[in-house]
Amino acid sequence: MESVSQVEAAACKLAAETGLNDDERFHVTMAAREAAVNAVLHGNEYDPAKRVTASFENNGEALVITVADQGKGLDPKTVPDPLAPENLLRGTGRGLFLIRSFMDEVHFRQLHPGTELTLVKHLSPADKRSIKRLNRDFNAG
Amino acid sequence: MALTIASREVDGITVLDLSGRITLGEGSVQLRDAIRGLIGKGTKNILLNLGKVDYIDSSGLGELVSAYTTAKNQQAEVKLLNLTKRVHDLLQLTKLYTVFDIKDDEASAIASFK
Repeated sequence: MESVSQVEAAACKLAAETGLNDDERFHVTMAAREAAVNAVLHGNEYDPAKRVTASFENNGEALVITVADQGKGLDPKTVPDPLAPENLLRGTGRGLFLIRSFMDEVHFRQLHPGTELTLVKHLSPADKRSIKRLNRDFNAG
Repeated sequence: MALTIASREVDGITVLDLSGRITLGEGSVQLRDAIRGLIGKGTKNILLNLGKVDYIDSSGLGELVSAYTTAKNQQAEVKLLNLTKRVHDLLQLTKLYTVFDIKDDEASAIASFK
């Protein structure tokens, strides 16, 4: 789970360097963490031979975080709605919902093998600070 | 910060004081073990004091749900106490606020089990 902590820490640092408020920074950080958990757990299925790749960018207009795994691929349409009454008591299945709730845009790309999630948080004029880009490559576990 | 769990008894109710994070790999397993241990010993009334839990991820939310259903299946009950704003907001967003009996005062929480 070290890679999850590293993605979380990098997203927290990226968000902290903007004018986003506490709640927005928390949301960005948590969304990135959830994406990394999905990549390690559901994507790579804890396979130490597979890697999680992440990038973190403040392009001046938005924070853009990508998290990619090397798993079998994820079709987001197949993920059940965790708010449906029949799913409320399920122990899993809330990660993607939280990511979508916290970010302004979420995009999926199939990598064959793997899935890349791109998380976007738009910045208001007051939030726009220095442009920064960081690429990270993590072990799957 | 990793999760710490301290157990105490108040008027026959087991109160677990949780402190730290409930996340995949950092607290969800500890919480699961604590709940299963109590249920296995026949404990029927469990109050989870989350006043010092500053972070729960989707796995932690799932673990709270599992605690609720594990207890329910054994005719036991799990209630939540003292949610921080972040945890409160997450439970509202995920509609889990409608599942749990949530209290913000320990005395009334203890009384509610009787």
